This record gives sequence, structure tokens and C-alpha cells, in this order.
Amino acid sequence: MIALVPMIASTVVAATPLIYAALGETVVERSGVLNLGIEGMMLIGAVAGFAAARASGSDSVGFAAAAAAGVALSLIFGFLTLNLQTNQVATGLALTLFGVGLSAFVGHNLAGMPVERLEAITIPGLSAIPLLGDLLFHYDIMVYLSVALFVGVHWFLTKSRTGLTLRAIGESPGVAHAIGKPVLATRYLAVMFGGATAGIAGAYLSLVQTPMWVEGMSAGKGWIALALVVFGTWKPARVVVGAYLFGGVTQFQLFAQGFGLPVPTEFLSMLPYAATIVVLVIICRDPKTILLNQPASLGHSFHPTT
Amino acid sequence: MDQPEFEDLKPRLVLTGITKRYPSVVANDDVSLSVRPGEIHAVLGENGAGKSTLMKIIYGVTKPDAGTILWNGQYEAITAPAQARRLGIGMVFQHFSLFETLTVWENIALALDEHIPTVQLAARITEVSEKYGLPIDPYRLVHSMSVGERQRVEIVRCLLQEPKLLIMDEPTSVLTPQAVLILFKTLRRLASEGCSILYISHKLDEIRALCDTATVLRGGRVSGSAIPRNETNESLARLMIGGELAECHLAPRVPQEVRLEVDHLSLASPDPFGTTLKDICLEVRSGEILGIAGVSGNGQKELMATLSGERLSPDGSMIKLMGQPVGTLNPAKRRAHGLTFVPEERLGRGAVPPMSLAYNALLTGARYGMVQQGLILPGVMRTFSKSVIDRFRVKCGNEQSVASSLSGGNLQKYIVGRETMLQPKMMIVAQPTWGVDVGAAQLIRQALIDLRDQRVGLLVISEELDELFSISDRIAVLAGGRLSPSVRPAETSIEQIGTWMSGKFGDGASDARPVAASRKEAVNA
Repeated sequence: MIALVPMIASTVVAATPLIYAALGETVVERSGVLNLGIEGMMLIGAVAGFAAARASGSDSVGFAAAAAAGVALSLIFGFLTLNLQTNQVATGLALTLFGVGLSAFVGHNLAGMPVERLEAITIPGLSAIPLLGDLLFHYDIMVYLSVALFVGVHWFLTKSRTGLTLRAIGESPGVAHAIGKPVLATRYLAVMFGGATAGIAGAYLSLVQTPMWVEGMSAGKGWIALALVVFGTWKPARVVVGAYLFGGVTQFQLFAQGFGLPVPTEFLSMLPYAATIVVLVIICRDPKTILLNQPASLGHSFHPTT
Repeated sequence: MDQPEFEDLKPRLVLTGITKRYPSVVANDDVSLSVRPGEIHAVLGENGAGKSTLMKIIYGVTKPDAGTILWNGQYEAITAPAQARRLGIGMVFQHFSLFETLTVWENIALALDEHIPTVQLAARITEVSEKYGLPIDPYRLVHSMSVGERQRVEIVRCLLQEPKLLIMDEPTSVLTPQAVLILFKTLRRLASEGCSILYISHKLDEIRALCDTATVLRGGRVSGSAIPRNETNESLARLMIGGELAECHLAPRVPQEVRLEVDHLSLASPDPFGTTLKDICLEVRSGEILGIAGVSGNGQKELMATLSGERLSPDGSMIKLMGQPVGTLNPAKRRAHGLTFVPEERLGRGAVPPMSLAYNALLTGARYGMVQQGLILPGVMRTFSKSVIDRFRVKCGNEQSVASSLSGGNLQKYIVGRETMLQPKMMIVAQPTWGVDVGAAQLIRQALIDLRDQRVGLLVISEELDELFSISDRIAVLAGGRLSPSVRPAETSIEQIGTWMSGKFGDGASDARPVAASRKEAVNA
């Protein structure tokens, strides 16, 4: 049992960036916008957060800079798809390519440099509880904030009036416009929120997980976050479960490699991706689940005049 | 034109000289009318007469080029729907503006200007809906509701804002006859409380039963005013179309061999909002028209897709054309057996919107001499297309006009014409006269009857009961994905068909004589 504690702890750390990125994208897609640029925004967030944290010596500044960089990139996406009504899929792909290239360019001189890792916080009393303290109360602040983010997003989407408007816009922007809802403004805010969380997710990689800047360090996690949103059927709780599952299998295969199981390491490295997809596909094996939950206007441009 | 009981009341709404021009057409030309508190005022006219434009002007969606609106004695320039709502004008649209994946209360909350907590709002919805005899459950999801129930949601949404004037745009086109009676009761009750109602329709019986006064529009102008209950259908129709209504003539015929046979067809819909077809059996013989009544959304779309071959059946012999199993064949192969069909959706299914009418003829008529050795014969294609345009009086530039440039009714005439002129053995038509004006509708109905007399088998799916009663040899009802037994129009009544439309026809629920114990036998009879 004690041996499992470090594995669970590292699972949580592996899952946290996915939770940030995927919860943000859930809100974006619920408003009817498909932003495939998460990978690009994560990398920009990673390099911006790393640079800012090094320059200022403060992790908070790093995360704030990462969020701002993510928002800046998402605004480009928002302007193109919402104002100029470009194709959302093509624009999102371009955003990822742009983010990969720009982050490599900006981070060229930062590669291999050290940065202070964001430390776990100790909660007096709670962290001292045997086993449970190590299991639940020995993480950095961003892990706790990710749980708060989940609660917040869930509440926003299901309980708040603005969340209701956002869902209505994702369902049918034309009808929402006709009854006087601000379609473009709402979608802009959603896209910016998605940009901020993707930036934070990136900074979590470069300030906590690794902690250093490596070119292309997101290694497909942005795409996994996108898959989590779809297979989690746009529901925050399922998205979070999917993220922890992915993190868990990632850690399991690392430990398995360490024990020297007689299985090819390539197979083990593949496991987290395969397992996540398989489990989530089983969750939504009925095609109606996806059809019923998918925001009806997802990926479609909206012209207020027609 | 005023009823005595309104004479002492000041008019609530007065329109004077309303004119609205579009580049190619004058939608409203010097239209004037006035409505008093508590008055149910019909606006009667054919499709394209300018009824909807006039209502949009009152509701602030469209701005008139000339004319004035007097509201409670004050001049108002209504520039937005929100302003109209503030003045106390509510509108129930023909095509609903509801969010399908949201619940009733969520839909209503979105449209209200003030914020009301969920529990209170739900209580108010229940209260208002029960007061006016429109029961709805505020926590139900809209996509699980029938069209009639959705209309209730729209009406209740309007009523929560306590309107002084309610505009209803063709409200009964989606209702069963029984639901129409309930709606009329609600409207009369509203009127008795002082609410004015503008009731837009082209259904003469309804207007005579419900409305106190009527303004008739033709070609954008007021062609007359009337007190409907003092008029006959014929006199109202003369005002509306400027001529006499032709009658369909259905000479008795003895149906010949079976052309289309559907045998215990059950099929789940791939669409979560769709209807599952349950155990459908039917038979159409040469020289007869089988009419399928029912409110849209009860499996009409699914039945059409399954019969045309857009969706395949699990077993080929579930659908037979001229005795051949075709259930697993695609639409082109079914057409090769002599089937033609007119889908309900004109743009995108019946025609390719950006292509010319001539190419749209080629789409389904390719095997009728328009293609030789893989090459298109443009001359044959154009001649065919022209003959459809001439025979069905399609209003368009010429055969090179693109399909999407035609009005809905004209395109419908073209598609029905194309399919009838392909010399089918069996033809399936969904909503043949939907959105088509009265004169053209008559033309289309007569063309279908002519085909029947040339011994073609026809299956007509329609929402218009009057239409089915006038052209069908037998009528059956599709409700909730199940098909009722079929009866001759002379041996049934609108009331009985209406009861069937709410799904009540199984296991001895109906006592109509031709209904035999087994559905199959009844169809064969």
C-alpha cells in the first residue's frame, strides 16, 4: 500500500495539466467553438511561464505570464474565426503549428537552463496524517486550484445563468441572437478562457513536471486534452476522470518499465493513449450519447446577419 | 367591419399605409388595418401575399418603407423585437425558436428580461400553463416533446410577459385537429381577458370558427375585409385568390396489381431526436393513392428515407417494388425499378441548390435518354426541363436558373413535375403542397390524380388532412412510428383521423368498419 503512494502522487501531477487544458476546451466547445490550437497554446504558455519565472524568480508571475500568453494566442484565433469567420478546424491547426514554431524560436536560448521547481505546500495538521496526508495533502498549489477549477466550471455550466446562455449559444447561435443574446462576445470570452487554461497547463509542464524548457515538450498532451473533451461528452466530471486515468496509466507504465517487465517499452509507452481512448470510447459506446451531448453548432461559423 | 361589442373601445393597434418594397417584389403595398382590445383579427392570404412581412413589421423585425403604426393612440416606430415586447406585443413563430437540448424552464428563462430564480419561474410556468389549458412540465427537455407541446412552450413564454397583443403565425399547421380545438379555447379565453390577437392563416374553416374580423391580403394589398362568420369558404376564397377554387375530381377506380409492399418494417432511427418505425405494413396498388396522415415528427421523415433507399432495411424483402425485394437497394437501384419520389426537404434532398434546373432534372432523369455512352445530351436535358417548367407553370427565369433562386413553392412544383414526368410505376411524395399557394397546390394535386388514373401507384405523406381527404383512395395515419389501419375517406371523418393522429388506434380503440382485426388484412381489403 505504501508503495502505491508515490505512484498515485505522480499520477495527480501527470493529470493536472490535462485537467486545465481540457476543462478550458470544454467551455470553449460548449459555446460552439472548436479550437484545435490547444497544443500550440500550451507550448507558448510553457515557454512564457518558464521565461517569466526565471526572470522574476516567482512561480506566480510565471503562471500569470503563461495565462496571458495563452489568451494572446487565443485572441488571434478568436479574431480569425469569430470576426472573419474562417474555418475553425483549419485555423485551429494553424494555431498549433504557429505555437510550436514560435515557442521553439522564443525558447531557443532557454533550453537546458534550470528553474526553481514549484514546491508542494504543507498544510499544518493535514499533511502530517499518516498515509492520507501523503496521498491528499502533499501537492503544489496548482493541483488544488485544478480541483477548484473543476468545481467552478461544473457550477458555471450547470447552475449559472451565464452558463445557460453559453450553452444556448453553443446549441443554436441563430436563435440566441434572435432573442438578444450576445453571441460573439460570449464566444470571445469562452475562447479567451480556453487560452488562459491552456497556457497554465503548459506552464505546469515547464515549472512543475519537468521543470525546464524543452522544445515541443507538450508531446501531444494538447491533443489528448481535445480527445478527453469529446469522449468525456463535454461533461466536466467525465473529462476530469479521463485526465486522471491517462495520468494513472502513464505512471503505471513508467513504474512497469522500472521493474523490467518482459514487455516491449514501446508497447508500454503506448498504453496511456490506448487505455484512455478505449475506456472513454466504452463510456460513450452508444453513438447517441455523443450526438445528444455535442453542442449542435460546434465548429460552425455564425453570421449575425443571415 | 367592426363588431358591435368593440365599438366603444379605442383601437389598440392601427396600421396606416404600410408599404415595404424588396428589390424584386412589393411585399406590402399601402396596407391598413386596426385591432381593438379583445378582438381576434384574422390576416388571411395565400403564401406570398405579404402576411408574414406585415407581422414582422409589427414585431420590429423588419422596417417598413412607408406608413405609420399607432399603438394605444401613440405613434411608435418599432425597431427591434425587444421594443415590441416592452410595448406588450408577443409573437409565436411558425418555425419555433427553441433550444432542443435545454429544458422548458431554461428556454423560457433565456427569453425573459428579468432574472427569476428557477423554482419561482417553474411555479409561474405551471400556473400560467394550467390557467390557459396548456399543461407543460417545466423540467422536461424540449427535444423529447411533440410539436404541439413545443408550441405550448412558445405560447406560455409569450404569456409570461403578459402581452396586450399576441401574433400567431400559422399556428395550426403543426397540430392535430383536437389540439387545434384546445388552442382555440386558449385564444378565446385570452381575448375575453382583453388581449388582442392577430391570427395569420390560409385555412378558411379555422378563421370562420375563431375570428371576429378579417383582413384579406392578395399580392401585398388589402383585397377586402370581412366578418368571417357571415361569410362562406367560397366568398373568402374569392377575396383571397381572386377567383374560384377548382375541385379535385377522383373517379372511382379498381386498384390493380400490388406496386409497393412493406412487410413488418421496424427500424430504429440513427438520430437521437428521431422516431423509431415500429412494425409497419402497407400495400399500394396500381391506380390508387394511399394517403399517410399525421403530424410531422411521428416517423414521416424516417419512413420516407426507408422507402426511398436513403436508409436500408435490415431485410431486403421488408420492402417490395413490383414484387421484387428492394429493401437493401440504394435509391438509384430503386429508381431503376420504376420508383420516383419527392422528399419533404426541397433544397438539399429534392434538388441541389447551386445547380441549374436543367442539371437538377438530369440528377434523377439521367436514364431517360439524357445520357448516351457516358456523355450528357444537353439538348434532351433542356427540353425535358423546359417541358416541366411549362406544364407546371414554374415561375423562374428559364431552365438555367439555379434551384436556390426559386421560391419554395415554385421549386416544389418543379420537383413534383420532374418526378411525375419520369413515367414512374410507383411514386412516393412527402408534403406535396407544403408552402405552395392554393392555385399551384390544385395543379399538383390534379397531376397526382392524373398519374393514378394512368395506373401508377402513389403514396402521399401529408400533414394537410383536407388534401388527403380530397385525393386519397385510402388514408392511414402514422403516429409515434406506428401505422394505423387504412380506411376510405368516405368511411371515416376528420375526428376519427384526428384521434388516430394522437396514437389511439391499436387493439379495438377504433370502431371504423373497414378496420379488420389484422392491419395487413385491412390494407389488403
